Amino acid sequence: MATPRVRRSAAALGSTVLATALLLSACSSGGAGSKDAADGKVTITVDLFGTFGFKEAGLYDEYTKLHPNVTIKQTDTQDEGQYWQALQTKLAGGGGLADIQGLEVGRVASVVQKQADKFTDLKTLGIGDVNDGLVPWKGAAIKTADGKVLGAGTDIGPEAICYRTDLFKAAGLPTDRTELAAKWSSWQGYLDLGKQYAAKAEAGNAWTDSAAGMFTAEVGQQKVRYSDESGKAVHDSSPAVKAAWADATALVADGLSAKLAQWTPEWNKAFTTGKFATLSCPAWMIGYIKGQAGDAGAGKWDIAAGPGKTGNWGGSYLTVPRTAKHPKEAAELIKWLNAKEQQATLFTKQGSFPSSTGAQDAIKDVTDAYFNNAPIGQIFSESAKAMPAQVLGTDDGVIGKAFTDALGEVERTGTAPDTAWKHALDNVKKANGN
Amino acid sequence: MALSSTARLPVGRPAAKRPGRLRRRLAPYGFLAPFFVLFAAFGLFPLLYTAWVSLHRVELQTSERMDWLGFQNYTRLLADPFFWNALRNTFTIGVLSTVPQLLMALGLAHLLNYRLRGRTFFRVAMLMPYATSVAAATLVFAQLFGRDYGLINWVLSSIGLNPVDWQADTWASQFGVSAVVTWRWTGYNALIYLAGMQAIPGELYESAAVDGASRWQQFRHVTVPGLRPTIVFTVVVSTIGATQLFGEPLLYEGNSGGGISHQYQTLGLYLYEQGWTFFHLGRAAAVAWVMFLLIVLLALLNAAIAARRNRTDR
Repeated sequence: MATPRVRRSAAALGSTVLATALLLSACSSGGAGSKDAADGKVTITVDLFGTFGFKEAGLYDEYTKLHPNVTIKQTDTQDEGQYWQALQTKLAGGGGLADIQGLEVGRVASVVQKQADKFTDLKTLGIGDVNDGLVPWKGAAIKTADGKVLGAGTDIGPEAICYRTDLFKAAGLPTDRTELAAKWSSWQGYLDLGKQYAAKAEAGNAWTDSAAGMFTAEVGQQKVRYSDESGKAVHDSSPAVKAAWADATALVADGLSAKLAQWTPEWNKAFTTGKFATLSCPAWMIGYIKGQAGDAGAGKWDIAAGPGKTGNWGGSYLTVPRTAKHPKEAAELIKWLNAKEQQATLFTKQGSFPSSTGAQDAIKDVTDAYFNNAPIGQIFSESAKAMPAQVLGTDDGVIGKAFTDALGEVERTGTAPDTAWKHALDNVKKANGN
Repeated sequence: MALSSTARLPVGRPAAKRPGRLRRRLAPYGFLAPFFVLFAAFGLFPLLYTAWVSLHRVELQTSERMDWLGFQNYTRLLADPFFWNALRNTFTIGVLSTVPQLLMALGLAHLLNYRLRGRTFFRVAMLMPYATSVAAATLVFAQLFGRDYGLINWVLSSIGLNPVDWQADTWASQFGVSAVVTWRWTGYNALIYLAGMQAIPGELYESAAVDGASRWQQFRHVTVPGLRPTIVFTVVVSTIGATQLFGEPLLYEGNSGGGISHQYQTLGLYLYEQGWTFFHLGRAAAVAWVMFLLIVLLALLNAAIAARRNRTDR
């Protein structure tokens, strides 16, 4: 009788021990690093958002040819908002970070001011000069007050307008780039031409995709958008926001918007069905259009200089988190990817516009067959030349979303512009405060 | 498990002589220990730590810093119109999804309770929605409810009705989210009801039939009263589920705002937005505790109503 009992309590004790062991093991953090063999082979992990295009442009293949001991593993989140959330969660937990993490320009101020200690100063990795050949504001934005270089600038987002030549023809509009650029040299001109288009176009065929796209492009043309130089949020009083808001709501009132929400499946689908004739086009949108419209869209699209002929929307950086497993190798890869030759390749193949001035000189004559051989090098270079050095604030991402959501309300639920404006301010308040 | 007698050992008797007694008394605790250890680590500790966090200002980006705030997070929360909006949405979506869901489940279970061909197939098929992942189900529904290219709007316009903006319109979007919930949980609840119905003695139906009761009357006067405890259980579980609703509204448009006017932002989504979109962990912890108390309150309310019903029936 004693034996089974002993066995029973032993089993109970055993299961307790096992459970505790499980608990303990569950608490050890798991990094995203990879086990490297002893023969000098290294796997560099890269975590990005949207379409950086390194892989698509064949840059990784080229790099691994030059460095046979290196393997590059890239993960990618389409939506930058989701990527940013995941990145912050990992930074807080300290695990699961890649060797190289991408960073959107709207988040840079927040990282530089609040999280400098979570990223590696690139100076300590021997590539402190990585931003020296770039447009000046690009490197300045990623530098901390005490001179740490937290990342390397990749592309910038000079703006233009992409338009559908087939839909323009059908509505009796000119399709010549120079002529169009003259007609919509101002946002008012863009709206006027839109009304002309709407009068002739078929039903269900709008002038542009969304009020949000137009708003973001217009706001991107000003030096001060959502924050002033002191870092104070000025979205409720900034003339840039007010003017863009007035134009975007006028666009809705004139019925020129397809009322789509950007970055949603419905929006993606609309690229193939021709629901809209124009689109505010930062350089990186070129790659996006090709991805969404595919071969069927080749030759239907064209690009012309947009209202104001300048502006910046987006652009990115590459950073090395503190917890990176291979900071040295990551820095080497970053340095190579950011060199002017590679930035030029990236523009030619993917449309991401270089922040390197050397690369900008090299791509002046690039044309794009997909867009009726539009001189994209020239158009975006001119836009980049006139680009203001944007003042970046810690909450740019949140504020931008509050306004684009509010514009969505105006166009989709018939909310009065003044009410929606209040909603936008409320939403910003909800995000900030204490 | 039989309780061992807790008679005191006679004085002066060495305990060593009774080796089995102590062990037998401790064995059940040994078996239960893993659960309690796990619960303490993954249930109780997070609960208490969350309460502690909710009394501080903690930002995800600088999560090492904790500034004492006292109850400021809570007062702020109660003064936040977005919180009340989320509470209202949670309630309306809860009603929109739970009521039709339970009624349909009851009806389905009643039908499946009769002898019909392929009964097993139907019973298994009912569980299919429950077995699919929230993400997959919601993404498919989001496609169906698409404004410009969705199947539902295509059907509506082909029968001459105006297309509906299932994402931006308040009632339409709440209906859309509720549809996903209803689709996923109806079968699950139907099976629970079916199990309860199987336990109702057949004689009751027979005698009711002899008395000339129609099927509908049998259902009303035999099935429903017999199912009362089961119904109370499903109502409680569904209420808790509805209060915590999170995955469906999050994935409906893929962001934590719950629509452009926050028109279907539930409490769970509001918590997530505070913590992981705006990075205010302290405030998110306060929302979590308010939700916890709310659920306790609802459970007590449910229990009280059930107890009263039972008393009045006797």
